[in-house]
Amino acid sequence: MGLENNIWESLPDIVTVKLDAVVNWARKSSIWPATFGLACCAIEMMNSVSARNDLSRFGAETFRASPRQADVMIVSGRVSRKMAPVLRRIYDQMPEPKWVISMGACATSGGVFDNYAIVQGVDKVVPVDIYIPGCPPRPEMLVHAIMMLQEKIMKDSVKDRRDTFEKESRQSIVPGTLPVTEGTALEKEIEMEVAENKVPKPYTVPSKHERRRSS
Amino acid sequence: MSTEALNDFVNKLKEENSAWVAEVKDALGEITVTVPRESIVDVCSFLKTKHSFDLLADLCGADRGVEEDPRFEVNYHLFSTKHHNRLRLKVLLSEDEPNLNSVSFIWKTANWHERETYDLVGIIFEGHPDLRRILLPSDFDGHALRKDYPLRGYEPYSLT
Repeated sequence: MGLENNIWESLPDIVTVKLDAVVNWARKSSIWPATFGLACCAIEMMNSVSARNDLSRFGAETFRASPRQADVMIVSGRVSRKMAPVLRRIYDQMPEPKWVISMGACATSGGVFDNYAIVQGVDKVVPVDIYIPGCPPRPEMLVHAIMMLQEKIMKDSVKDRRDTFEKESRQSIVPGTLPVTEGTALEKEIEMEVAENKVPKPYTVPSKHERRRSS
Repeated sequence: MSTEALNDFVNKLKEENSAWVAEVKDALGEITVTVPRESIVDVCSFLKTKHSFDLLADLCGADRGVEEDPRFEVNYHLFSTKHHNRLRLKVLLSEDEPNLNSVSFIWKTANWHERETYDLVGIIFEGHPDLRRILLPSDFDGHALRKDYPLRGYEPYSLT
């Protein structure tokens, strides 16, 4: 006889809890990070899922290559100005609820790279939940950040959705990082379709590949 | 290291057209030939077709400083996979007219190298098929590797 039989005997048939508590418990127990290694901090991030540090004890070991399957984006490394729109786009593609961990000095504040090429803190591009100091932070610090994020998630409520809208997401991109070109033929095509009320206005303009899959 | 084999190429260049060679520098076993701006394409195609310098190992620009005249230089590092010699060509350019003919139709690899040189130093390669920025964002203001470019950039890039 296993453990569940003992639980079955000791508990009543129906247990009442707060919805927030049970939803948040489920959310915090499997925070899947998006693979977003940018620089040397990514090496420590990889190490945090290794056998020695074993991030899977906290349910956060499954790094997803697709942002659509991810819950938390670990920005590990310096964000260049050319990367900033890409980072924002990946963030926008993650489904709600989503969180961001800014890992290391460079992602948090630009670090030693106080120059024209590096965004001085990723919080200029996406909202950040947890900042980790260090250059680079040790894997233990990332594990600690995940635990802090779990505490934060337990304080959330299902009612609070943090959807960002297109206008806001555009504004949050660092000035000068968007291309000055008028847009691709695909973007124009979508603009036309929106004008003719054929499709709803997209949150971000999908790539050709995404378009093919969704239609 | 002896530079006799390399000096042969310089002599052949001089024999072909004496106006092609403005200055020859022999140092550390390497030969640097300074070429006038208008003859760089002729020199490159001559060296590639007649003397099998078939690999353009690097093409880069340099800013010698705001006070220098000529201010810019463009370096061509040639290599031959046949006789394994290396030769460096150099073109000096003034600040007022940083224009130069493209060699991207001689070596295909020069295409991206010239875009990079245009992007970072601001050398304009005439006849290049697609001369636009390659490393910096497309709406970037200025050329980042010029000596007078501020480290934190111009507005609106500067966020401090």
